[in-house]
Amino acid sequence: MSSFSRRKFLKISAATVTVASGAAAFAKAPSAPEKPSKRAAKGIQRIPTYCDICFWKCGAIATVKDGKLWKVEGNPEDPLSRGRLCPRGTGGVGAHFDPDRLRRPLIRRSDRGREEWQEVSWDEAFAYIAKKMHAIKQNYGPEAVALFAHGIGGAFLKHTLKAYGTPNITAPSFAQCRGPRDAGFWLTYGEEVGSPERTDIKNAQCLVLIGSHLGENMHNSQVQEFADAVGNGATIIVADPRFSVAASKAKHYLPIKPGTDLALLLAWMHVLVTEGLYNKEYVAKHGFGFEQFAASLAPYTPEWAYPETGIAPDTIRATAREMARYQPATLVHPGRHSTWYGDDAQRSRAVALLNALLGSWGSKGGFYAPASMDVPGFPYPPYPKSEKGKVDNPGNRYPFAHEPITTGIREATITGKPYPVKGWFVYATNLIQALPNEAETIKAIQNLDLLVVVDVIPNEIAGWADVVLPEAVYLERYDDLNVELFREPFVALRQPVVDAPDDQKPNWWMAKRLAEVMGLGQYYPWKDIEEYLNHRLTAAGLSFDELKAKGIIRGAPQPIFADEGAPLTFDTPSGKIEFFSPQLQAAGFDPVPVYTKHPEPPAGAFRLLFGRAPVHSFSRTQSNRILSDMMAENEVWINEDVAQRLELKSGDYVRLKNQDNVVSLPIRVKATQRIRPDCVYMVHGFGHTARGLKHAFGKGASDSQLITRYATDPLMGGTGMNINFVTLEPEATRG
Amino acid sequence: MARFGMVIDTVRCVGCMDCVVACKTENNVPEGFNRDWIAYDVSGSYPTPHMEIRSERCNHCDNPPCVSCCPTGASHVHDVGGVVLVDHDKCIGCKGCIAACPYGARFIHPDGYADKCTFCIHRVEQGQDPACVAVCPTHCMHFGDLDDPNSEVSQLLASRKHHVLMPDAGTKPRIFYLT
Amino acid sequence: MQELTITRHNELIDPLLHIWSWQIPVYLFLGGLVAGIMIISGYFVLQGRYKNTTFSTFYLPHIALVLLSFGMFALFLDLEHKLYFWRLFMTFQISAPMSWGSWLLMIVFPALWVNTLIRIPEPFQGKIPLFDRWSAALNEHPNVIKNIGILNMLLGTLLGMYTGVLLSSFGARPLWNSAMLWMLFLVSGLSAAAAFVHLITTDDYERELLAKADNAFLTLELFVFGGFISGLLTNSRVHHEAVRLLLDGPYAPVFWVLVIGLGIVVPLVVQVLAVNHKVKHTPVAPILVLLGGLTLRFVIVYAGQFSHWT
Ligand SMILES: Nc1nc2c(c(=O)[nH]1)N[C@H]1C(S)=C(S)[C@@H](COP(=O)(O)OP(=O)(O)OC[C@H]3O[C@@H](n4cnc5c(=O)[nH]c(N)nc54)[C@H](O)[C@@H]3O)O[C@H]1N2
Ligand SMILES: Nc1nc2c(c(=O)[nH]1)N[C@H]1C(S)=C(S)[C@@H](COP(=O)(O)OP(=O)(O)OC[C@H]3O[C@@H](n4cnc5c(=O)[nH]c(N)nc54)[C@H](O)[C@@H]3O)O[C@H]1N2
Ligand code: SF4
Ligand code: SF4
Ligand code: SF4
Ligand code: SF4
Ligand code: SF4
Ligand SMILES: [Mo]
Repeated sequence: MSSFSRRKFLKISAATVTVASGAAAFAKAPSAPEKPSKRAAKGIQRIPTYCDICFWKCGAIATVKDGKLWKVEGNPEDPLSRGRLCPRGTGGVGAHFDPDRLRRPLIRRSDRGREEWQEVSWDEAFAYIAKKMHAIKQNYGPEAVALFAHGIGGAFLKHTLKAYGTPNITAPSFAQCRGPRDAGFWLTYGEEVGSPERTDIKNAQCLVLIGSHLGENMHNSQVQEFADAVGNGATIIVADPRFSVAASKAKHYLPIKPGTDLALLLAWMHVLVTEGLYNKEYVAKHGFGFEQFAASLAPYTPEWAYPETGIAPDTIRATAREMARYQPATLVHPGRHSTWYGDDAQRSRAVALLNALLGSWGSKGGFYAPASMDVPGFPYPPYPKSEKGKVDNPGNRYPFAHEPITTGIREATITGKPYPVKGWFVYATNLIQALPNEAETIKAIQNLDLLVVVDVIPNEIAGWADVVLPEAVYLERYDDLNVELFREPFVALRQPVVDAPDDQKPNWWMAKRLAEVMGLGQYYPWKDIEEYLNHRLTAAGLSFDELKAKGIIRGAPQPIFADEGAPLTFDTPSGKIEFFSPQLQAAGFDPVPVYTKHPEPPAGAFRLLFGRAPVHSFSRTQSNRILSDMMAENEVWINEDVAQRLELKSGDYVRLKNQDNVVSLPIRVKATQRIRPDCVYMVHGFGHTARGLKHAFGKGASDSQLITRYATDPLMGGTGMNINFVTLEPEATRG
Repeated sequence: MARFGMVIDTVRCVGCMDCVVACKTENNVPEGFNRDWIAYDVSGSYPTPHMEIRSERCNHCDNPPCVSCCPTGASHVHDVGGVVLVDHDKCIGCKGCIAACPYGARFIHPDGYADKCTFCIHRVEQGQDPACVAVCPTHCMHFGDLDDPNSEVSQLLASRKHHVLMPDAGTKPRIFYLT
Repeated sequence: MQELTITRHNELIDPLLHIWSWQIPVYLFLGGLVAGIMIISGYFVLQGRYKNTTFSTFYLPHIALVLLSFGMFALFLDLEHKLYFWRLFMTFQISAPMSWGSWLLMIVFPALWVNTLIRIPEPFQGKIPLFDRWSAALNEHPNVIKNIGILNMLLGTLLGMYTGVLLSSFGARPLWNSAMLWMLFLVSGLSAAAAFVHLITTDDYERELLAKADNAFLTLELFVFGGFISGLLTNSRVHHEAVRLLLDGPYAPVFWVLVIGLGIVVPLVVQVLAVNHKVKHTPVAPILVLLGGLTLRFVIVYAGQFSHWT
């Protein structure tokens, strides 16, 4: 730290201290995070917790050897992991040891985005934030602060911000991920698929994957069950423009033209209905508006779908018949990351309806009815009521958005409409990579009076922050209980396994301390998180000590299939499965799915597709040394024949240039027989530009950077991101 | 005496590399080195390619050229299960064993000695499966005694089609791939 | 179409094996050269030339000792676990050529050294009285001297063969899988040694003799090459692909131009002319032979590492 910045820093803190002192009067410093002496002990200790490298939250057991973290394994008691973690969970060790981690709170000391910081104490950081938040509340009202929080770790910050008075709390898991799917299923069945998905993959006799690239998408239980289904000889049908890992297990691989899935779905349903192969009894009993729906399918013959999708009519018929053959144990997987083309909620509705035709909702090998334990929340005082309502969806523009829309808040921050947003709290979401069109995100950030980022590494979003708060990684902290909706009820505990290496703190501590500094201490009636957890567990009749020892407490299994006695009821207006949706009609949308064409790439350009690599989670694991050792950079997949034409071979470096002339970092070519000639594919999350990520910086390219265009789903506001086209420009300097 | 081997079901394997990560953490394999790895073997062409995914490592060959070429006896066949091991304190790092192994299973550890898969003998001797086998989310890996006709591995080999890698290299590998 | 993606990236192995760089070819070359020198100087001992000149029996073995030490030093430099070097000599591994080689070198050193005692040139006499006494004792037993000559020739042959056997024992490297490799390295070692002596000797008889011998060695080497290549070509597919690395693959330019052309054919032609007194003896031919021999070791070691099973 230069002496100059040191002086400047002292000035800031002197100013903030006086402001904060009023609030500090009733803010008792919470006790320091627990440091049980057991952790310094010699020998081997095994401590159960649950994983946080993605949102699946698998039960895990960490092994500590002579006080040093050694490995993390699956907890055999845990129904999610069944004792085995996915590669990211196994490599979670690297999150603790990552040398590029954030270490101390930081306050920006030059322009936004310059990544120039001042290290400050926690008290100084909180005082600074509190001052800004008071000002925003005074000038614009509490709604002008929004919280973006992804994952269970955000629970306490949400509480603090609700106490502060804002209703604007969101995550990219809706409008950038599963939102369209959930809207489509909710419109059809009155219920969502949920996360973890309520799919009975392991018992499916026929499994249809439309893009869902299980095996690369490593959501643990799903992959385990997928392997079970494959091992049991289930018929696997995969529609994907890329010969995915799942496709390599398929009996029928359909190399579909990107963006035409709705045509395929409609043609499948056409075959099932016209050939009378659908589950008539189920549809008669539970269906609503089937006749209108059936009539609407008339034009969608396999012959019609052929030129759209590139899938031969015979193949469409054969696969439809195969689905019918195994019904109701045919599962058409609902997908998860479904924000593709902007008509995604309707496509998801078609998936829901195809499942309905097969009678799989409620059936073994289809969709089960999940169960969960009853663990009451902590009895907090009521939150202040907001007069203005949420900012993200003015006038209910997206009538079927049942969760807040990140990009809606972003838009409001840019336009100031319906009301200004002046502060962002960002917890565990790298908005620069997670939201489409980076430029809009940066524009919104430039309108803010305060941007606080809580993260574990100096990712891109932290680079734009006014205040960066370093969090202890999941292996170093308590979090809220995981009371999961799954095949069987259970509750899981995350508890610290090792100490945080520096001055990083758990989110609960930050959230509580911040609330206290802001004079909201009454919302934290508990002393520390152990008291909080103990309180919740005791209220549920469970033992905190037992949970600490076992990591998981399971409840009594309940019937999860209709024929076992699980209720098969539908929370739609008609109380039935809505083949024809009056809700949609009333809102001015197609009541049955209707196919529309999407623009195709111009000559010489390719559609940019993206997805997951099994060893990385989004943009959060590239600096994890263990996982980056598995895959240090991403590659651009291109059809080998096309590559030859472009005189490219595997290992060459190219830059991708999109339709808006945005050029990516250099990325290595993977010339392969595993992809269609009209698209290219890359793994999301690479191409980091944050300088603090010393290891990941500049490795590979970022799909997000190239996603300057997105198609907003009119039903629910999701951002379809598969609509960008790129060309490849050879890069001479590497290779 | 036992003769340890692995049977890996390529039908179930999704190539997720969990086995590689688990080996790293279990055995402290240093950054930049791998005792096991994944091979994605694609044949045919779009739109009807075929892909076999294999988790590969030292084959603990019955006829291990890496042992016979070792000038110091550092590379040796362990008494338990016939596992091929390297005695770090005897190894001079001449790299002969690396040249001798057709599978590329060995590397020089940054500390100077030849290193490779140990079949997690430290776990196996305690009755556990090797780390990679124990972690595999698809349960596609099986470890056991090939000489015991009742072992899971023998039973799988008896009932399923399988192959080994580079059979013509004459090393008699003990890792079998079910197809 | 075959598309194989391997996620492994172990240094020295991936994407291609390159565990041995300059040290090993240099070691193999110097080993071969010393082997040739031993055979030549042993031959001169048998011929009784130590009686009229000290070059081939005193200076040459000394030079060989130095060269061999350099070679061993190169080998040492290649070891990754250098402090454990002594482990080589704590054991004898019967199946490991490298173990045989290490022990062979342990005998080669004294054998070469004994050679130097046969006749100590005048300037060095009286420097180390003990050596003078041993030399005198040797000279009382001409049979022992003969045996020293035989021993040097024998050990030289073994050493020359060893440099090839070492590589050909690696079944995993198809290019080396040839029974001709030891012959190739032996003959190449002999020809290099002949060229070397030719280059530095002051004795016209020796120069003429060795130039002739070298011509024979070089011709022989061409035939051995023929056998080596055709043997691999007619073996399995991997061996075929391996030798193609030399014939028309990435190593072909170096192989054809430097090893065969400039390393064998050109010096052979020059020396044939020279021994027939069409041209004068110049250092050109022997230098080319030496460089050719060194390049041969480089090409075989590098291309061999490149070659692999599939
Ligand atoms: N271009 C593109 N955009 C996408 C996607 C895509 O495939 N391509 N996928 C979409 C999908 S499906 C989703 S679900 C979203 C995911 O979007 P995000 O959840 O935002 O995912 P990440 O980009 O990984 O950002 C996570 C951030 O949390 C930080 N973090 C990790 N662990 C912790 C912790 O313990 N505490 C704190 N405080 N921070 C932590 C990481 O360092 C990282 O900065 O992205 C969506 N956006
Ligand atoms: N390892 C790992 N696993 C993860 C995650 C992670 O970060 N890492 N993230 C998790 C999360 S939050 C999510 S949402 C999921 C996302 O994973 P999924 O929901 O399974 O898949 P998507 O990301 O939607 O889609 C990627 C696949 O869709 C194909 N695809 C692209 N366009 C089209 C098209 O037009 N039609 C069809 N039929 N296919 C198409 C691509 O080729 C690719 O195979 O993964 C989860 N699992
Ligand atoms: S799926 Fe993998 S990364 Fe996600 S919680 Fe489970 S083990 Fe962790
Ligand atoms: S962990 Fe199992 S499924 Fe994953 S790559 Fe290894 S062997 Fe295959
Ligand atoms: S695979 Fe290689 S290292 Fe392992 S025993 Fe066989 S030859 Fe030796
Ligand atoms: S590197 Fe070590 S183990 Fe390998 S052959 Fe040489 S001495 Fe033996
Ligand atoms: S058996 Fe053990 S050492 Fe060998 S690859 Fe598996 S985890 Fe690694
Ligand atoms: Mo997601």
